[in-house]
Amino acid sequence: MSRILVIAEHSAGKLNPSTAKVVACARAIGGEIEVVVLAADGASVAAQCAALEGVTRVLQVDHPANEHPLAAVLAPQIAGLAEGVSHLLGPSTTFGRDLMPRVAALIGAPQLSEVMAVESPRRFRRPVYAGNAVVTVEVAEGRQVVCTVRTASFEAVGSAAAHAAVEQRSVEFSPPAHTRFVSVSAPASDRPDLQTAARVVSGGRALGSAEKFQLIYSLADKLGAAVGASRAAVDAGYAPNELQVGQTGKIISPALYVAVGISGAIQHVTGMKDSGVIVAINKDAEAPIFEIADYGLVGDLFSLLPEIENLLAG
Amino acid sequence: MQKIMVCIKRVIDYNVRVRVKPDGTGVVTEGVKMSINPFDEIALEEALRLREQGAAAEVIAVSLGPDDTQQQLRTALAMGADRAILVRHDAPADPATAAAAFMALVRKEGAELVLLGKQAIDDDACQTGQRLAALWDRPQASAASRVEVVGESLRVTREVDAGLEVNEIDLPGVVTVDLRLNEPRYVKLPDIMKAKKKPLDVTDLAALGVALDEPVTVLKWDPPPQRTKGIMVKDAAELVSALKQKGLV
Ligand SMILES: Cc1cc2nc3c(=O)[nH]c(=O)nc-3n(C[C@H](O)[C@H](O)[C@H](O)COP(=O)(O)OP(=O)(O)OC[C@H]3O[C@@H](n4cnc5c(N)ncnc54)[C@H](O)[C@@H]3O)c2cc1C
Repeated sequence: MSRILVIAEHSAGKLNPSTAKVVACARAIGGEIEVVVLAADGASVAAQCAALEGVTRVLQVDHPANEHPLAAVLAPQIAGLAEGVSHLLGPSTTFGRDLMPRVAALIGAPQLSEVMAVESPRRFRRPVYAGNAVVTVEVAEGRQVVCTVRTASFEAVGSAAAHAAVEQRSVEFSPPAHTRFVSVSAPASDRPDLQTAARVVSGGRALGSAEKFQLIYSLADKLGAAVGASRAAVDAGYAPNELQVGQTGKIISPALYVAVGISGAIQHVTGMKDSGVIVAINKDAEAPIFEIADYGLVGDLFSLLPEIENLLAG
Repeated sequence: MQKIMVCIKRVIDYNVRVRVKPDGTGVVTEGVKMSINPFDEIALEEALRLREQGAAAEVIAVSLGPDDTQQQLRTALAMGADRAILVRHDAPADPATAAAAFMALVRKEGAELVLLGKQAIDDDACQTGQRLAALWDRPQASAASRVEVVGESLRVTREVDAGLEVNEIDLPGVVTVDLRLNEPRYVKLPDIMKAKKKPLDVTDLAALGVALDEPVTVLKWDPPPQRTKGIMVKDAAELVSALKQKGLV
C-alpha cells in the first residue's frame, strides 16, 4: 500500500489552500496520507491540516530555522522523514517548485512535475511544452517518487468529520548557514487571491499603462474578482509580477476568467485554459484568445469596460 | 569569482507551435527550429554581465544533449561565453541525469557559481538547478529577477507567488533565473566568426562517471484536451446578460 507524505505550504500561521488540493491528489493515489508541517511553531497550521478530509496523520516539525520556507533548510528534514514513504507530494506553487526537486535529489528519487491526473499509484499524467502536449508516465516498481501537483487540476478536499492525530517529530539536522532569508514583499491588497478566486479579470499589453490598468482593478472589484495579467503587462510594469498568469506565472482555474486586451499566446493560455467560463475582450477579431473563449466580444476595451461596469451596476 | 558555469538546453524554439505526432510517440521535430531555452539565454546574459563588471573571470557554457547541441553552444560562444562543453547524450535526459552531469562538470572545473534557467520550455520540469544544488550540498536561489554580488555572497531577488522574496546565499551556489532578470544581447556577425575559434569540448556521461538512472518511462503523448470555441456576442449588453443568466456575475 502507498504511504504518502504531503508537504504543507503555509505562511503566517495559515495553511495555503494549495495543500487541500495536494491532499486531493494524494487521495487519488490512495493509501495512508501524512501531512508534514515544518514551521517555527506549527501548532495552528498542524490543526488546520488535521481537519482536512482523508488525512491519516499530521507530523509537526518545529524548529527555529523553519521560520521561513528555505529549500536548503527544509529539504534535509523532509528527506529525514522519507523512509518507508512511497510518494512525496508538494504543490506546484513557487514554494513546491523550489523545494521538491531538492528533496528528490537528496533521496535519489525521480520527480514528476505538475501532475494533473493520477491513473494509478505508478502512472500519472502531466503537461509539457507549455501545455501543448500531455504525457502519460510510469514510475518503476519499488521506487519512491516525488510529485509537484498542478493545483488547478484538483478540487480541494473538504473538512474531515473526525480530525487526524497530530504527532510532534524532531529531526536530527544542523541548519545550513549558507542560505539566509532577507525579506518578502507583503501581500499587496485585500482583494481575492489570484490562485483561489472564483472569478479573475486579467489585463494585457493593450492596457498601455499602469494608470489605465486601473480599469482592470475597477472591473474586478465590481465582480469581487482577483486581478491577473499577461506577461507583457507585467514586463511593461502595468502590474506586479505576482499577478502573471501562464506557463511561467500562476496556473489557475477560476469559474470565470475575463481576458481583456490579451492576445492568447500559448504561454498565457496554458495558465488559464482550465477555467470554467472564459470571456475574451479584444479589438482584433482574429486574436487567438477567441479560439478558446466561451464568450468573445470584439471591440475597444476602453469603451467596453466602463459600459460593462455600468450594466453590472444596473 | 573565477568561473561561472552556465547550463543551457537545446529546445524547440518558443515561437514554434508544438504538435504531438499522430502516433503518440512524441512531438514533431522534423524541420522545426531549435534554440537555446529562453531562460538559459537569460542566465548566460547574466553571467556575461557579471564577467563584464569584473565579478568573474571566465564564463563556461555547458549542455547535455545530442551532437546538434553544438549549434546552441556556438551561439552561446558568440554571445560571449569563453568556452563550452557538451556532454553528448542522444536520448532526452531526465533532470536528475542533467544535474548529475553538471555536478561532475562543476567538480572538474571548480565553478563557483552555476547559473541556469528556472525551467526548460520543453519538459517544464523546473528541477535541474535545485537538484544540482542538493547534490553539491550548496545553496540555491530559484526564479531570480535580480542578482547582486555582495562580497562572497549573492543577494538574490526571487519571483515567488507572494511577490518578491530576497535571499542571501554564500558562494559557491546555484541560481536559477526568471524572465525579468535581463534582456539577452543580440549576437553580431563578427561575434559568430570569433566564436568558431573558441574551444568547444565534447565529452559524455561515461567519461564523467555518471551512471544513468531513469526510473520514469513515458508511455504516450497526447494533444491537450481542446476547449470548444464558444460564441461571439455582439455587444457589452449581450455579454453581461449571458453571464447573468449563467449566474457568473
Ligand atoms: C519562455 C516564455 C514564457 C512566457 N510565459 C508567459 C506567461 O507565463 N504568461 C504570459 O501571459 N505570457 C508569457 N509569455 C509571453 C507570451 O508569449 C506573450 O508574449 C504574452 O502573453 C503577450 O501578452 P499580451 O497578450 O498582453 O500582449 P499582446 O500579444 O501584445 O496582445 C495584446 C492584445 O491586445 C489587443 N488590443 C490592443 N488594443 C486593444 C484595445 N484598445 N481594446 C481591446 N483589445 C486591444 C490586441 O489585439 C492584442 O490581441 C512567455 C514567453 C516566453 C518566451
